[in-house]
Amino acid sequence: MPEINERGYAKPEFLVSTEWVSQHKDDAGIQVVESNEDPLLYRSGHVPGATEIDWAADLNDPLRRDYLDRAGFEALMSRKGISNETTVVFYGDKTNWWACYAFWVFQLFGHTNARVMDGGRTKWEKEGRDLSRNVPDVTPSSYTAPVRDDRSVRAFRDDVLSLLNDDGKLIDVRSPQEFSGERLHMPDYPNEGALRGGHIPSAKNVPWAQAANPDDGTFKTADELKAIYEHGAGLAQNDDVVAYCRIGERSSHTWFVLKYLLGYGSVRNYDGSWTEWGNSVGVPIER
Amino acid sequence: MAHMPEKLKHVLDELDGLGADERADYLVEFSNEFQDVPARVAERPFPDEHRVPKCESEAYVWAEDRADGTLDFHYAVENRHGISARAVATLLKDTLSREPLEDVAAVSPEIVSRIFGRQLSMGKGEGLTGIVEMTVAEAKKRLKDRA
Repeated sequence: MPEINERGYAKPEFLVSTEWVSQHKDDAGIQVVESNEDPLLYRSGHVPGATEIDWAADLNDPLRRDYLDRAGFEALMSRKGISNETTVVFYGDKTNWWACYAFWVFQLFGHTNARVMDGGRTKWEKEGRDLSRNVPDVTPSSYTAPVRDDRSVRAFRDDVLSLLNDDGKLIDVRSPQEFSGERLHMPDYPNEGALRGGHIPSAKNVPWAQAANPDDGTFKTADELKAIYEHGAGLAQNDDVVAYCRIGERSSHTWFVLKYLLGYGSVRNYDGSWTEWGNSVGVPIER
Repeated sequence: MAHMPEKLKHVLDELDGLGADERADYLVEFSNEFQDVPARVAERPFPDEHRVPKCESEAYVWAEDRADGTLDFHYAVENRHGISARAVATLLKDTLSREPLEDVAAVSPEIVSRIFGRQLSMGKGEGLTGIVEMTVAEAKKRLKDRA
């Protein structure tokens, strides 16, 4: 696989290699953050010096189906020792699903000084790099966040409905079986409660995993990604694109690909995704 | 009358007294003690009928009959990152093997939320609950066969 800066990405600065992390993880101003699906994985061993942000416990509002508000994000950043100037490097299991999801939530608060570690935890482990069970002592930081801005990178149900009329481009990143309505959940995963199967009308099915190399989870080159999303799914740079999946985690991966690796100007993640759409009364569904 | 096996009750009581970080470390220790299903019981590729439905960590469950009528439980977890599934499997193996079938059959799958606390995501919870359900089902099946 070519080096990151040789893959033709639009914004390669948002992606770092495992080697880069190995060399810079202890630098002042760098904070490595692990985000996983499995809640015990971090504490079983992690990149030395990394802290954990749990998608369910840390990023979501405990009552409403929504994300932290400004005060909650500021408190989280303080607990993790992250300041406004900190470069946050995300990585995790599941080929960086949750790392991209956490990265995306950070963008709701404008923390653009963020990176994703290419290949995530799988690549780090395959390379035989150190893992530590020591949870770093954190000196609480001071962090000032703006009011959460959902407009630029987050789509809601009504935004998607309006896209249907405005010829926007929808990318459904779930498995072909979920897209067709044959399944209400991805193979081997639980059903998280949608009443109807199928997909949002006009959506193109591009399973998220097509963007990653299966052996180590690294992102494919820009040319390979263009072949998938542009030649294959008909997207173009200036399209207003919304990606969705089941609860917004797999589509965060695709959102990252389209926005940073291919440099699309308008890409939003519909985190309500199929668990909202497939339960909503009266919205159109295709099979 | 069935009652919760003492070893399981002891572990759950210990977990109840732990904070989130201590609880996670406690469960990671269970995961580290995970033992793969012995070859005398099953070998790869494992048959689908032993696979736990809805478990993203690709967990499998077996029950080995003992001469005294109790069961030894065995597990496989094929996802290398399935730490939580390994923790649950080890916990169940340690606390439910060789216990009276009536007691095992009466174990509620809701122990998963007691093991992990309320922060467990819906999807993860369903998969881990599936491991408990399949373990309990083995005991129920033996009881039904012997009735």
